[in-house]
Amino acid sequence: MTDPILRMDNVSKMFGGVRALKGVSLDVFPGDVLGIIGPNGSGKTTIVNSITGFIKPTSGKIYFKNKNITGKKPHKIADMGVTRTFQIMRPYYSLPAYKNLVIPLFSPRARRTGGWRGGGSLGNRQTVAIDILEEIGFERDSYIPFKTASTLPTGYLKRLELARCLSLKPEIIICDEVFSGLSMSEIASMVPLIERLQDDGITIVMIEHRLRELFQVANRVMVLNFGEKLIEGTPSEVMADEQVKEAYFGSEKVEEVMTYA
Amino acid sequence: MSTQKLRKERIDRGIKVRSDGLYALMSWRELSYLTLPRFILIAGLLALPFLIPGMYWQRVISIVCIYAILALSFDFLAHYVGLVSLGGAFFIGTGGYIAGILNSYFSIPPVFTIPLAAILGGAVCTLFILPCLPLKGVYFAIITLMYPLFMARVIEAFDIFGGTDGIVGIDSFSSAFVEQYFVIGMLLIFLFGIRRLVTTDRGLIFTAIMDNDQAVKASGINITQYKALAVFIASAMGCLGGACLTHIYMWSGISQFALDFSILPIAATVIGGAGTLVGPIIGCLILVPVSEFLRDFGTLRIVFYASILVGFILFRSDGIMVFGQRKYEQFERWTKI
Repeated sequence: MTDPILRMDNVSKMFGGVRALKGVSLDVFPGDVLGIIGPNGSGKTTIVNSITGFIKPTSGKIYFKNKNITGKKPHKIADMGVTRTFQIMRPYYSLPAYKNLVIPLFSPRARRTGGWRGGGSLGNRQTVAIDILEEIGFERDSYIPFKTASTLPTGYLKRLELARCLSLKPEIIICDEVFSGLSMSEIASMVPLIERLQDDGITIVMIEHRLRELFQVANRVMVLNFGEKLIEGTPSEVMADEQVKEAYFGSEKVEEVMTYA
Repeated sequence: MSTQKLRKERIDRGIKVRSDGLYALMSWRELSYLTLPRFILIAGLLALPFLIPGMYWQRVISIVCIYAILALSFDFLAHYVGLVSLGGAFFIGTGGYIAGILNSYFSIPPVFTIPLAAILGGAVCTLFILPCLPLKGVYFAIITLMYPLFMARVIEAFDIFGGTDGIVGIDSFSSAFVEQYFVIGMLLIFLFGIRRLVTTDRGLIFTAIMDNDQAVKASGINITQYKALAVFIASAMGCLGGACLTHIYMWSGISQFALDFSILPIAATVIGGAGTLVGPIIGCLILVPVSEFLRDFGTLRIVFYASILVGFILFRSDGIMVFGQRKYEQFERWTKI
């Protein structure tokens, strides 16, 4: 078996007296689409934040390609190719959509690696930015890539988050709820996009509440509850697990709840 | 119930639309529409020394330009990088003292002290501000407001660099003419330089940091480095102004750390139009002479001054420049609802 590209080793995080993560271990292999699910407050976003350096774990180690990245600065980790999207979108509101991508294309990583499809080193980052936006689902011959980010609807902002990761020529993209807040048809158009990224050899970690679409794209799923790993396995294994049902629906008679649901 | 039947409609002028694209190059009318406002500003500033009579008002020109450079640096930091800095006095004082020390203790001529003061002063100011770069908004403003007070007290308490008397006997510019054109030239260079800078890809990163620093971090860019660069640019501009001030008055002292240098540029930015870069300069061209006129009223000066400011904030809160630009580019008409 190949080495894991990303490995969490017994990671815990305390927020004051609250244990947000209790010794979570996780291996992500190259080419994986790993789903992380769990009820609200189970520590999903804390995992993203600790991997990408936005918070420092209280204990435990995180390795990327066997290199210890625990407690490194966010920009250093992004520079290594571990990118993330934000659950609450963080575009540059005062800039047009395509100029939002000029910033990641100007980053040291994009200039070193040439960026997505060779964009960073070329003189004209704005043209490359529009190419990336087209690839991610912004209609090329429309005015949408030129609209200010503050006027874009949620669907496009979610795509813009992904586009920012792509501009860095990432090895891993950690998506923090890219489907949330989207309509059914928008989600349906995002799924093939995720599959295409996987085909391009990008490892994807997805945190999601939309289970149906997640199980469609993921090849492995991890379930978190109160900061602890409940189970890890293929989507069908996870769906059949009693513990998971309990975490989602409560410990009362599962069958009874299911009939109401 | 509102019985309003008409509403005001704003429409871009035809000439504005025509001169947006390449067509602008095809007719003198469109070309002049684009270049005239810039030409008026440049020519107006360069002609100032000939238009203004009397020794006293000639000196005011230089002071206006120094304040304008400070206001420009404030506008750049506050509206393009998102750092609200009240450190104008800190920049002026640091630059002023460095120029004074270099000239008086090491007898370096003004030709060299001014650029040296700008670069050294910029480095010193950046070093002082570096620890507070992660701070935002009001907290950053308070820290930068504290530094000039801190420096003035340190110089007073330890009696260094001439103590309360300041450093005297510093060389002046070779003539009033050189003095005025130097500061006017520097102001124009900084204005067009910063305007160019903020539209480059590197300049976009500054705006991105203001909008959303977390996303910039997630893009693999070291934001502290870029904030430090922005502070260096702004403080070097301020220090250059301070060095000019020292050579104009042939003296550098504690009053260069006076909070006037922090507050007036902000007032000028409010009046001129925040985020326009030209606006703060227009604001200084109005405010500094007004404050000189008001000297006749003695202590009542500050009352008049404050009233003007309040009036502007209430009735023209977007500033002269934004208002003027709108009038230049659009016309208004009443339409039926």
